[in-house]
Amino acid sequence: MTKLTLSRGLNEGLRRALEADPKVLIMGEDVGKLGGVFRVTDGLQKDFGEHRVVDTPLAESGIVGTAIGLALRGYRPVCEIQFDGFVFPATDQIVSQLAKMRYRSRGQVSLPVVIRIPFGGGIGAVEHHSESPEVFFAHTAGLRVVACADAAEAFTMIQQAIASDDPVIFFEPKRRYWDKAEVDTAAGPDSAPPLEAARVVLPGDDVTLLTYGPLVRTCSEAALAARTEGRSIEVIDLRSLSPLDMDTITGSVSRTGRCVVAHEAPVYAGLGAEIAARITEQCFYHLEAPVLRVGGFATPYPPSRLEEHFLPDLDRVLDAVDRTFAY
Amino acid sequence: MTVETGVVTTVVPQDTELIQLLTPEGERTGHPDYPLDDVDLKGLYRDMVLVRRIDTEAISLQRQGELGIWASLLGQEAAQIGSGRALSPKDMAFPTYREHGVAWCRGVDPVKLLELYRGVSHGGWNPEEHKFQLYTIVIGAQTLHATGYAMGIQRDGADDEAVIVYFGDGATSQGDVNEAFIWASVFNAPVVFFCQNNQWAISEPLERQSRIPLYQRARGFGFPGVRVDGNDVLACYAVTRKALRAAREGQGPTLIEAFTYRMGAHTTTDDPTRYRLASELETWKLRDPIERVKSYLIRSGQAEPSFFDEIDAEAKRVGGRVREACRTMPDPAPMALFDHVYAGQNRILAGERQRYAEYLDSFGEGAGR
Repeated sequence: MTKLTLSRGLNEGLRRALEADPKVLIMGEDVGKLGGVFRVTDGLQKDFGEHRVVDTPLAESGIVGTAIGLALRGYRPVCEIQFDGFVFPATDQIVSQLAKMRYRSRGQVSLPVVIRIPFGGGIGAVEHHSESPEVFFAHTAGLRVVACADAAEAFTMIQQAIASDDPVIFFEPKRRYWDKAEVDTAAGPDSAPPLEAARVVLPGDDVTLLTYGPLVRTCSEAALAARTEGRSIEVIDLRSLSPLDMDTITGSVSRTGRCVVAHEAPVYAGLGAEIAARITEQCFYHLEAPVLRVGGFATPYPPSRLEEHFLPDLDRVLDAVDRTFAY
Repeated sequence: MTVETGVVTTVVPQDTELIQLLTPEGERTGHPDYPLDDVDLKGLYRDMVLVRRIDTEAISLQRQGELGIWASLLGQEAAQIGSGRALSPKDMAFPTYREHGVAWCRGVDPVKLLELYRGVSHGGWNPEEHKFQLYTIVIGAQTLHATGYAMGIQRDGADDEAVIVYFGDGATSQGDVNEAFIWASVFNAPVVFFCQNNQWAISEPLERQSRIPLYQRARGFGFPGVRVDGNDVLACYAVTRKALRAAREGQGPTLIEAFTYRMGAHTTTDDPTRYRLASELETWKLRDPIERVKSYLIRSGQAEPSFFDEIDAEAKRVGGRVREACRTMPDPAPMALFDHVYAGQNRILAGERQRYAEYLDSFGEGAGR
């Protein structure tokens, strides 16, 4: 076991993937010499060459569009979108091309492309650098959408995403890039749970708290704080946002009878809405309270001096938990 | 030469900038950069006649309700057959939704094209088998795919392969096309950009897309651009062959502007009489891509009347086969709508599939499936 930052965990995972398969490529803006603005690809161009770690022109549609062409040729490109708010220029290529090619070709064409996107706020950034656009992609059939939460998860999940024959939108919690965790870099990705499985981070009995990405840490801290007050919260990291691992979710909620979903993205038409609807359908007779959601407001992402009010923190998560016990 | 149109004046380019090897009157001209001595002109003639016949059949099938829509290639046969026949077997082609002539050259059964326009599939052929990718409907998106594919060829060290990508005059305004030009240029990718300038993007004339001739755009991106008479199958063949050869030899991309004309409607849902004059069409009919080859073959004594009769008879047979295959084409089974969304498992989708199957079964045995 080694203690690594989340950024380094991704870096080690990418390195394993590049070593394991000569068809794996990395492409994006500043991913070469600079090693990416978050250093996720640090040193990889030096070790694997400019043909495999490609500094691209500055155009996101071009990055994804050419990655599709490389995948048609048999490559497995891993694209880096520098920040969440910059993925939108690539939307046509992701939604209309990448997601639909397998269906369009009746299964004759696979596009094993991974698109890495640092997402979420909390770093005091200017506009377009703190967004949570995951639901746009979760709504698109043909894509797999995942979010990692810590270094160990990042290390295995990025390798699994690259090995997937489906296109994967891979969200990375940017404010957790420098958080450290123990990582078993000797373990292969096959020994980890599958990419589409959720994971129980902290077991509990009174209420189920569902989250992903940067809020896994926030929710875990909230659960530990609640424990001192005698309330037992089960924290589940969804990991896969599309498809959802409903078995793990309903298994927990059927037992606890209460559920809160937390994400940074706006609550309105967010992933929590989908989860709440499914829990209502599948756990109706087990519920003691409606599924509550806590997340961003129906506003654009605010200036950074206001982001502490926009982002769900420990207190807002626990406030939602308290409210589920008011029923 | 100036052609009056409803709203604009289309200037047909001077001969000095337009590569032409066969005049509209059917006279062979030479060009020092494009020597041609080994071309099967009768074969090219046959291709053009057959694809025009298939196109005519498809329009009729749409009128009869057998196809939902059809995008006609009428008038663009030379651009498509000339460039399509210039491809080597290993070259990869990326089409729009109008490249029926190129599909023909790549051995795709025309019936497969009809599947898409009938609503039976989104594209039924195997792209790798034919070296012909699926039709792309979003304008210009395929230019990036082609460029990426060409970057793959570079990484494979395959110096006997190149890529050609088709798009239209309207597409040159798309960001993706311009990004593809940049990518191909800075990475020196072995890709030929084949723009069929058919003068009209549905109702919008070329003047709404560009103030300069399209082939001149290439200069700003740092690679050669050339304008060819898009109704001259010999010139399209020669110019494309040269550009592909340059790409294979590591000289990077070329932009070819095939100057042609969409003689029909944009698609069968379009009504071009609302935006262009009939006289414009009449002018372009004098430059018909097929007639000039026929004139030349007769005048040069390369073909007897029986040759043309045989081609016409073959066209009739091909048309009949396509018509019959379309009319008897079965609809896919309802549950096929769930197929091939993911390579791996997806339990959300699997649940929807199962519930819909149960719903169909609730109508009785064989009610829906």
